[in-house]
Amino acid sequence: MNDLLTKLSDCIEFGKINSASPYPPQMKGQDGADEITRLALETGVNPQDILSKGLMPGMERVGIKFRENKVFVPQVLMSAKAMSTAMLHLKPHFLSGAAKQKGTFIIGTVLGDLHDIGKNLVGMMVEGNGYKVIDLGTDVSSEKFIAAVKENPNAVIGLSALLTTTMVNMEKITKDIKDAVPGTLVTIGGAPVNSDFCHKIGADNYSADPQGVVEYLNVKFA
Amino acid sequence: MSNLPEKNIMSKLIQEIQKGRVLVSDGAWGTFLQKKGLNPGECPEQWNITRPNDVFDIAQSYIEAGSDMVETNSFGGNYFKLKGYGLQDQVFEINKAAAEISRKAAGTERFVLGSVGPTGKLLLMEEVTEIELYNVFKDQSIALEAGGVDAIVIETMTDLEEARIAVKAAKENTGCEVICTMTFDKILGGEYRTMMGISPAEMTEALIEAGADIIGANCGNGMADMIGIVKEIRKVNAQIPILIHANAGMPQYCDGETTFPETPADMAGRVKEIIDAGANIIGGCCGTTPDHICEVHQIVKSL
Repeated sequence: MNDLLTKLSDCIEFGKINSASPYPPQMKGQDGADEITRLALETGVNPQDILSKGLMPGMERVGIKFRENKVFVPQVLMSAKAMSTAMLHLKPHFLSGAAKQKGTFIIGTVLGDLHDIGKNLVGMMVEGNGYKVIDLGTDVSSEKFIAAVKENPNAVIGLSALLTTTMVNMEKITKDIKDAVPGTLVTIGGAPVNSDFCHKIGADNYSADPQGVVEYLNVKFA
Repeated sequence: MSNLPEKNIMSKLIQEIQKGRVLVSDGAWGTFLQKKGLNPGECPEQWNITRPNDVFDIAQSYIEAGSDMVETNSFGGNYFKLKGYGLQDQVFEINKAAAEISRKAAGTERFVLGSVGPTGKLLLMEEVTEIELYNVFKDQSIALEAGGVDAIVIETMTDLEEARIAVKAAKENTGCEVICTMTFDKILGGEYRTMMGISPAEMTEALIEAGADIIGANCGNGMADMIGIVKEIRKVNAQIPILIHANAGMPQYCDGETTFPETPADMAGRVKEIIDAGANIIGGCCGTTPDHICEVHQIVKSL
């Protein structure tokens, strides 16, 4: 196992962005995801390996710890920040085709709901696990989801809602998407929803945590 | 509004609590507004200007149910949330109106709590600075005081830093008592943590140090788990008054409608236990109605 990739996965797991970042305290002064990714590319490590053997294992570990309530939102956000810093270096390689993403995931908070913390967390975790993520933001209508899936055939759609007052909008949006582009898969999440609700509104999957979305996508894009 | 009653000058919440009284707070606002026709995508706080009579009805129904205090329709009345609706220039008007409506319903004998919710901006992600947060909470608190609230209730907080800044801003810029409640989930190990990982014990000293007069928990749990949260606070602090706004259980979805499972009797049935655990003010959050508050009031009165 490449030493740099092991270090990189640790940076992602513990949220070490760059050497200047004071977080996490136990890694103070060490190189972060920023420096290590650059160094790995300079020393000729395959961009695909950086993604799949460096970033993804780190993201997976923090995702599992989050699911097990061993870490909370702040730690995941720092991991995601470290990951997106690394991704900036990798982006040219995705564009050139030297590295490939596993599939496309479209995410948005449903119409009427302006909350984005949970939606952003999922988006960042999914991206960190090797997917292209299209974030439509908050208060997203059926039309916007449909337009995005038409532009990105075979993308999976993720719907988020925080409020008991807006979760009901998931039903119409799910139906509209499936009417417009039959076969599109819809996964839902958010504090008030559960698998029973998912089943009732005709969505395809419910995940209680971001890692669950990643696992669902890994099965669907396998 | 004309002929507005003065604020409750008779007493302060903490003086009532020090007399050994258990006080009853109000129930849900969001789910109630919806029942009155609030549409998805509509700004709830704008109703203070456009539909003040409907907002007044809600406040009044809780007063009639026997509540000792009523909140204001201003949970999302901060600059950032209002900006989502293009109403960021009306922070003062909207919050002042919210306070005036609840004051009118409460009269001079009951308390009015000015509701302040989170901004939705994360300090950690550098979406906002501490100074910006402070000023946003300051502006909202000042407007609520101008409309006649007795206390500011900062609620549904999950980030301790944001909660501390809000408490300071309310304390340093108004003469109101300051209450702060956070929202906890029961995690896998059976402990309680906010989404950001804060425990009730961790919250306690930090909020008191920031200047909170009363602390507690709202939303996220029904009464049963709130009892555990009260016990945890009491383990680290015997004195600080505790306010609990419990949900009527966790939401369930049926035939296009969201419902909450706990009946007024279910809620009232836990009141004695939560008082024994150390709670001083008991009210409701999502899914609770005037009927819930009425039954809680009956139990509290009988104890």
